[in-house]
Amino acid sequence: MNNSKDLQIVGKVTPRVDGEKLARGTGAFSDDIEFRKLLHARVLRSPHPHARILSIDTSKAEALRGVHAVLTHKDLPRVPHTTAGQGWPEPSPYDAFVLDNKVRFVGDRVAAVAAETPEIAEKACSLIEVDYETLEAVFDPEKASKPGTIVIHDEEDSSGIHDKSSNVASQVEASFGDVEKAFKGAYKIFEAHYEVGYVQQSSIEPHICITWLDEDNRLVIRSSTQVPFHVRRIVANVLQLPVKKVRVIKPRVGGGFGGKQEILNEELCGALTLATGEAVRFWMTREEELYASRTRHPQKLFFKTAVSKEGKILAMEVRVIENTGAYGTHAYTVMTVTGNKIFSMYNIPNIKFSGEAVYTNLPVAGAFRGYGTPQGIFALESHIDEIADELGIDQLDFRLNNLYKEGDSIAITSKMAEGEGAGAQVIRSFGLEECIKRGAKAIGWGLSHEPTAAGRSRGIGIAINTQGSGIPNVDMAACSIKMNEDGSFNLLCGATDIGTGSDTALAQIAAESLSVSVDNILIYSSDTDMTPFDTGAYASSTTYISGAAVLDAAQQVKSQILDVACEMLEVEKKHLICSDGKVSTKEGKIVTYEQICLYSLYQRNQFQIMAIGNNVSPESPPPYSAVFADVEVDDGTGEIRILKLVAAVDCGVAINPQMAEGQVEGAITQGMGYALSEFMPFDKNGNPLFKSFRDYNIFRSSDMPEIEVILVETHEPTGPYGAKAVAEVPVSGPAPAIANAVSNAVKARVRSLPITPEKVWNELKNNRDN
Amino acid sequence: MRNITISINGKKIHTEVPISQTLLDFLRSRGITSVKRGCESGECGACAVLVDDEPRASCITLTLQADGKEVKTIDALSTRQDLSELQKKFIEVGAIQCGYCTPALILLADHYLNSAASTSEKELREAISGVLCRCTGYVKPVEAAKMK
Repeated sequence: MNNSKDLQIVGKVTPRVDGEKLARGTGAFSDDIEFRKLLHARVLRSPHPHARILSIDTSKAEALRGVHAVLTHKDLPRVPHTTAGQGWPEPSPYDAFVLDNKVRFVGDRVAAVAAETPEIAEKACSLIEVDYETLEAVFDPEKASKPGTIVIHDEEDSSGIHDKSSNVASQVEASFGDVEKAFKGAYKIFEAHYEVGYVQQSSIEPHICITWLDEDNRLVIRSSTQVPFHVRRIVANVLQLPVKKVRVIKPRVGGGFGGKQEILNEELCGALTLATGEAVRFWMTREEELYASRTRHPQKLFFKTAVSKEGKILAMEVRVIENTGAYGTHAYTVMTVTGNKIFSMYNIPNIKFSGEAVYTNLPVAGAFRGYGTPQGIFALESHIDEIADELGIDQLDFRLNNLYKEGDSIAITSKMAEGEGAGAQVIRSFGLEECIKRGAKAIGWGLSHEPTAAGRSRGIGIAINTQGSGIPNVDMAACSIKMNEDGSFNLLCGATDIGTGSDTALAQIAAESLSVSVDNILIYSSDTDMTPFDTGAYASSTTYISGAAVLDAAQQVKSQILDVACEMLEVEKKHLICSDGKVSTKEGKIVTYEQICLYSLYQRNQFQIMAIGNNVSPESPPPYSAVFADVEVDDGTGEIRILKLVAAVDCGVAINPQMAEGQVEGAITQGMGYALSEFMPFDKNGNPLFKSFRDYNIFRSSDMPEIEVILVETHEPTGPYGAKAVAEVPVSGPAPAIANAVSNAVKARVRSLPITPEKVWNELKNNRDN
Repeated sequence: MRNITISINGKKIHTEVPISQTLLDFLRSRGITSVKRGCESGECGACAVLVDDEPRASCITLTLQADGKEVKTIDALSTRQDLSELQKKFIEVGAIQCGYCTPALILLADHYLNSAASTSEKELREAISGVLCRCTGYVKPVEAAKMK
């Protein structure tokens, strides 16, 4: 496509197009809008992990002054659906209802109130009298999937559930080669199992939406969402409105990380607006965020791996039991991504993957940055180190000796993929080896590192990981570019900037292609009435998928500009050159974009210079990263201190290297939380024990170790200006890198997350006792 | 309801407020949207302000507690025409991602840099540790503040 060295804007540091308003704190987010009259929504949530609602008496709540509506399952159409904001038809079971006559986890919705203040709404919730028939609950997915267990989804009208009677929401199986045969002839076989638990996205802006009826009686939804077009489609469906009656506006979003790829508050808020005719604001509290929104899927992963004497991996079989919680949103796709990414880095001739996503009476898992990859990579990369150690091979050499190479096809992708008809992914750009080598150098791999104090041991660990760039043949993006008479352009994108900086990256792509400065691109994202369709900000799709749509539109617009210039200058199109907002000939004749647009709008053969760009990709090129952790462990207590983390990332050509670095820095910080500090405990009745940031620990500025980010540039031939994805790939690295570093430091192998001092201490004690 | 006199970014206001109102609600009701709501329990710091030059979580501060005092938000740092140096640095080094915690981070970093006799990265990190950021890993925000 284009050589990145000739580029003026792409690949160069460009300040964010939205930097000033965010630095000022100018009202740009969903909640930063004023209404003459605004009602506030609150939800009554279930205190039981599993119960049938026998009756609800809302009369006292309705009688409370300031209450405008109380809704229960009796007031709403019963439409089985998924809350997963995925492309249609969604690959998640239709097992959810806006409100239901059954509750399936502590925190499940029972009723909703709209009142004049949040306090009145809260008070009204406490006045709703519910008669529950409590049911036996199940919290362990292995127990839940045994025959004869209580059934969580016993309703008749849900669909797409693999096996309701054994609580299996989804199931997957894929294989390549013949693992059984390979196991028989192997030099050594390694078996181990790993476990990862609940963690929460914790965007600092919680879920928030405001809904109202406009002057044409259409339902307008202003929401902090990653998926405005999926919100429109799903809300219209569950509220039984035609799509044309719904408009979704996405203002600035204060972080999503997957939690906002979910239709979680918009439908209920919309229902309250339809019931009252008033604007309603539904703000989820931090407590609700932490147990009643969405989480990462907990998984148990069982590995069996065969190797040759020379240290080649001959076969690998992986079985996953995934806990999807009370509903199966993203259950199937997260599990397939787990399998997909486990088998996407090492060239293993015989592979087998099987997984079951199981319902339990615990909070609902969903999309979370990495989407199944962090679970799989923690297990895989811990397992790889354990094998290398047993074989007495250097952990880096063992990896390098088994990697796929550029030009290889990734076998698993032909067997298990979300997109219909997508063939095996061919690796066309491959910077993983260089990531490993440069990362190793930066961390000082192989050098001796002394502990900083007596009684401590130091170790370095590595983990490599990969992701995709959008979902092949599924993710679709469109945008429009319209020229203005001062030579500026409106770029309207369905693509959803949720804080990732995609508005800036997409503006850079448009500016580069149109030969103007970035401040001449007025980007707007997104409003379902105005911006063309885009599946949304997930699956690391925006730069790769939406970026190519912007490039498509920009190239068409440029061609139209040249057509007009041709007419104005009376020179053949092929002799014209665009640069710096003007078109010129070799002889020095020049027309500016301003003159061109004025001519096209006011003078001759008038038309609007404008085009729509589209893109779907049959490919999802993998970005890569290698993460290295330098840790120190207290020999007595098992306390872990990270001294330094290095992340080397191959994201193709970084459209904006500074923002790409920022994505990596944030991702590895979340990865460190997954490794060390974030978890969600429950009591024996499924009650969440952590309901605030006091308990649920995400990294603070004072907790941070030294961080070094290395961008390893490759050129992805199928990507816009050579780009691949960047936002998700590094998140999976820290947990296994830290687990491996701890093992290298003190020979304590922790096979579950988070890696707590207690677990390390137990391993140290086991080592001493044996 | 109670009568109070409060100074917001140097502007004195006499008004009547509900006894139980938080300073966060008061400020936002007056159109000061730079003060963000994140947890409503004083743990995320997105609503940080300065009350008589001391950092406070406005979500767990009553408006009445600020009676007779000076409240400062990030809006005091810039003019309509121009941003402060620290705000410019945040933009320049790429320290802003979603932007939700940004005003609080900048306000507290600015407060630390202006009030400490001598500065260190460790102290700077402590000074802003009350503000949770889920996007940046604090790498570029700290870099921006160190450049000032």
